[in-house]
Amino acid sequence: MTLHEKTIVEAGRSLRSGEVTSEDLLDAVLLRASQTEAQLHAYLTLDKEGAREAAGQADADLADGIDRGPLHGIPIALKDNMCTRGVETTAASQILAGYVPPYDATVVTRLRDAGAVIVGKTNLDEFAMGSSTENSAYGPSFNPWDIGRIPGGSSGGSAAAVAAGSAFGALGSDTGGSIRQPASLTGIVGLKPTYGTVSRYGLIAFASSLDQIGPLSKSVEDAALTLEAIWGHDPLDATSYSAEYPDVPADLDTGVDGLKIGVIKELAGEGYEPAVESSVADMVQSLSEAGAEIVEVSLPTVDIALSAYYLVAPAEASANLARFDGIRYGLRVEGETTEELMARTRAEGFGPEVTRRILLGTYALSAGYYDAFYGQAQRVRVALRDDFARAYETVDALVSPTSPTVAFPAGEKIDDPLSMYLTDICTNPANLVGHPGISVPIGLDEQGLPIGFQVMAPALGERVLFRVAAEVERLAGFGARPVIEELAS
Amino acid sequence: MTARWEAVIGIEVHVELATDSKMFCGCAVEFGSEPNTNVCPVCLGLPGALPVPNRKAIEWIMAIGLALNCQVSHKSVFHRKNYFYADLPKNYQISQYDIPVCHDGYLDLPNDGESVRVGIERAHMEEDTGKSTHVGDGGRIHAAKSTLLDFNRSGVPLVEIVSKPDIRTATQARAYAQELRAIVLELGVSDARLEEGSMRFDANVSIRPEGSDVLGTKVEIKNMNSFRSLERAIDYEIQRQIEATGSDSDVIQETRHWDEEAGVTHSMRTKEGSSDYRYFIEPDLVPMIMDETWVATIRNKLPELPAQRRERYLGQGLDESSAGVLSDSPAMLRSLYDETVSLGADTRATANWLTGEVTAWLRKTGTEPADLRLEPVHLQELITIVDEGVVSSSAAKEVLEGILSGEGSARVVAERRDLIQISDSSALAEVIGHVLEEHPDAVASYQEGEQKVVGFLVGQVMRATQGKADPKLANEMLREALGGS
Amino acid sequence: MAIDIDIAHVARLARLGLTDEELEGYKSQLADILEHAARVQSLEGDPHPGSAHPLGFDNAFRDDERRPSLDREEVLSQAPEAMDGFFVAPPALETE
Ligand SMILES: [Zn+2]
Repeated sequence: MTLHEKTIVEAGRSLRSGEVTSEDLLDAVLLRASQTEAQLHAYLTLDKEGAREAAGQADADLADGIDRGPLHGIPIALKDNMCTRGVETTAASQILAGYVPPYDATVVTRLRDAGAVIVGKTNLDEFAMGSSTENSAYGPSFNPWDIGRIPGGSSGGSAAAVAAGSAFGALGSDTGGSIRQPASLTGIVGLKPTYGTVSRYGLIAFASSLDQIGPLSKSVEDAALTLEAIWGHDPLDATSYSAEYPDVPADLDTGVDGLKIGVIKELAGEGYEPAVESSVADMVQSLSEAGAEIVEVSLPTVDIALSAYYLVAPAEASANLARFDGIRYGLRVEGETTEELMARTRAEGFGPEVTRRILLGTYALSAGYYDAFYGQAQRVRVALRDDFARAYETVDALVSPTSPTVAFPAGEKIDDPLSMYLTDICTNPANLVGHPGISVPIGLDEQGLPIGFQVMAPALGERVLFRVAAEVERLAGFGARPVIEELAS
Repeated sequence: MTARWEAVIGIEVHVELATDSKMFCGCAVEFGSEPNTNVCPVCLGLPGALPVPNRKAIEWIMAIGLALNCQVSHKSVFHRKNYFYADLPKNYQISQYDIPVCHDGYLDLPNDGESVRVGIERAHMEEDTGKSTHVGDGGRIHAAKSTLLDFNRSGVPLVEIVSKPDIRTATQARAYAQELRAIVLELGVSDARLEEGSMRFDANVSIRPEGSDVLGTKVEIKNMNSFRSLERAIDYEIQRQIEATGSDSDVIQETRHWDEEAGVTHSMRTKEGSSDYRYFIEPDLVPMIMDETWVATIRNKLPELPAQRRERYLGQGLDESSAGVLSDSPAMLRSLYDETVSLGADTRATANWLTGEVTAWLRKTGTEPADLRLEPVHLQELITIVDEGVVSSSAAKEVLEGILSGEGSARVVAERRDLIQISDSSALAEVIGHVLEEHPDAVASYQEGEQKVVGFLVGQVMRATQGKADPKLANEMLREALGGS
Repeated sequence: MAIDIDIAHVARLARLGLTDEELEGYKSQLADILEHAARVQSLEGDPHPGSAHPLGFDNAFRDDERRPSLDREEVLSQAPEAMDGFFVAPPALETE
């Protein structure tokens, strides 16, 4: 196995055995990036210097007997909506071109404290709004499994980097599926933790009540140990929760015998590709054979969850993105008055999808429409939470496809916002209720494109979530790696 | 025949809290720092920053609410109020909407005679904006005029207190604002400096025919920077509305700006339809639960408030005016009052000394009240010796000066400075004998029935004793001597 | 369901200086999306209002303690225009 194909656990083992250094690991991913970036465009910024320094420090520390844990010396990529002090952070928007934050996001501090080496900043849909990474102001990313297709989104750059081996792991953010869906479409593991367990301080907000940072990785175990490094209360985030990290590793090998797993009835049928449905059904069957009791569960509100999502998220976004006004940082387009300056700057600086969502959210909150749209959407959230609570009275975990389809061709949905929005249908319920969800690759379709399997658990149910996910990973035995085509020159 | 009008006035007061740090971040709350030095990702609205509320600010608004007889909400939440303005970094203000921390209270205005109760609609918590300074030509590349922005004030905790429209006159409005200021000062939660803007007022004014309960068209007035300008602006506005009513220029709902120099209000140009604030619950924050235990803790820590204090003073026999003056005096003088009175001194005399001579001495010598060196027992003794006639009331002022200069107790000072009155009748009898001898004409006049010459003779006795004779005793003894001869 | 959208007003509220042509395009897209989103109105009953936070906790405060502020030069280095320690903007429309 080449170095860049290793998991974090494997790379860490090689590091500690003295077989490789952190600098070797960094060289491997940088080499891989140099071979794949032209095709994939996973990164917006590679911080070679900063990474080199961190890797050197990690090696020196290890030589001194200082071991900061599983991420020590491991090259990790960050979605470019997480602030990094001194390193350009744009959220893939023109409005933040050249912006250099004066502070680190809490997750960045935690990764550094865990000894991780931050390789660079990955591409995303502008302000994390999208499901294909085509909405980046700096050009789209592509899928390592087929460079004519999108890698999913909005954490498409992080997903492509991990799948291609230009990072051992990455952080993404998930507002309606933006970690799980690209993980699914690129054949890797993607986790959205329980809302409030990972600090959002320094994450450029899209929709505050839905956004959650989580890992993208090559294995379930890698996801668990990355989560452990970033988990926990942050005094700088009032929505962050004080909860001990659950003993996830203890249950990674426990299996599903004795667990009751619910299959969500509403997440199947029309719009789901047959290959996705049959792979998911096979996995459910395997779980049953492995000792889980399978039941079909109905969550009726799931049918209108997507509608609620596309009101709540834009509404919050319309306020969160109001600060980009050309006054204190970022792009400015001059005007005679402050008002004119702001209106021009924002019209110029935001791409079409972001503009669309700001308009949508502004409308949903405006006088006369608030109750019918935003207010009603919040009520749907409560009803949805009640649905989940009822389900979890009888089951330990819920499963579904992660995405109704495999990776679609670039450009296919870009002019049809509604069909793009529908790709989030399986993932956004977990955001609306704040529960954890994970996508695990379970196979390839007949075109050789990855299929993901989603596991969900109640709030703070990470232990059972990982227990099921680890079993899914074992049962699937998914070991395929993408072969990245050379660009015709 | 003109109708009689009455004004309907509501006041909105903004009070900046004097916490160490800002409402949602750890930056210093400090007036007068260099621009943009007390700023961080949170109060500058940098991408990714999140607010975390200051517990003390919440406790202080609870204290304000309780002092205003408000209900403290069991559960309260923050909302985002969305509007674009250059000095509002996030282009939304974290404020409160339908569930403020405090609601439904009242404030009784100090008033001779009939009492006026002003309802308090709500007191809510929010964050202050930055400061814009508009500068003229020059200094800027792209435009003739520009705005300089300083975000030091951005995020300073701000309490907005909204009264019910229970105020009827400009005088009451002023009394309301002053009483509110006295309360926040007593609570120690704000500097409440009008000139620095740490306390600011807006007034809503409308008029209606006296006795009517219809609501007139409401006009909001802004930019009153002193109690006097608040009173003047409201008076002006009431008059303007009375004159405008029925004329071509009828009163319209608008915001007007008080021009202190010109003594008039001006209409502010506002844009149509710009005030859809799209309030929604702030998703970066969780609800606040103010349970009974917490509220009780705050309530138990409340100091004696001005109204309670005035009430107590009245009960101790002070009149309205000295109760008011003493209540507004510095804490040092008030506690001197309490301690002196507890030694048994007369309350009125104690209050008079403290608010009169002692206050005058402080001012004259430029001494801070906190640096005042006055033992309650010395003040009590001073009052006693005046009462006993040991020193005259004019000499007593000199005695006080001696005490305040550290010369010792009242009696010691009076003796050292030779200010004791001659109230020994045998000593005085001798002086009176001399005076009568020297003024036979006066004695004769008295015996012819000219009673008023006694005054002249008392004056002569005082002169002969360099003012130390007890005039009352001298008067009695003179009459006796004259009548008996 | 016909959805009525004053798109120019919405754009003004959102401080987006779009052309009439752009506004028309967004208006028709919004109409499609809102037609789908209006399905939230099919929810029956009135579920209890809940906190948005799934863990439903409250009272997340900080103590009244100061933390270091940012270096002004670093802050202003990101500003499109700055002068004498201030951020600079053109005049506000509302000022007289
Ligand atoms: Zn700050």
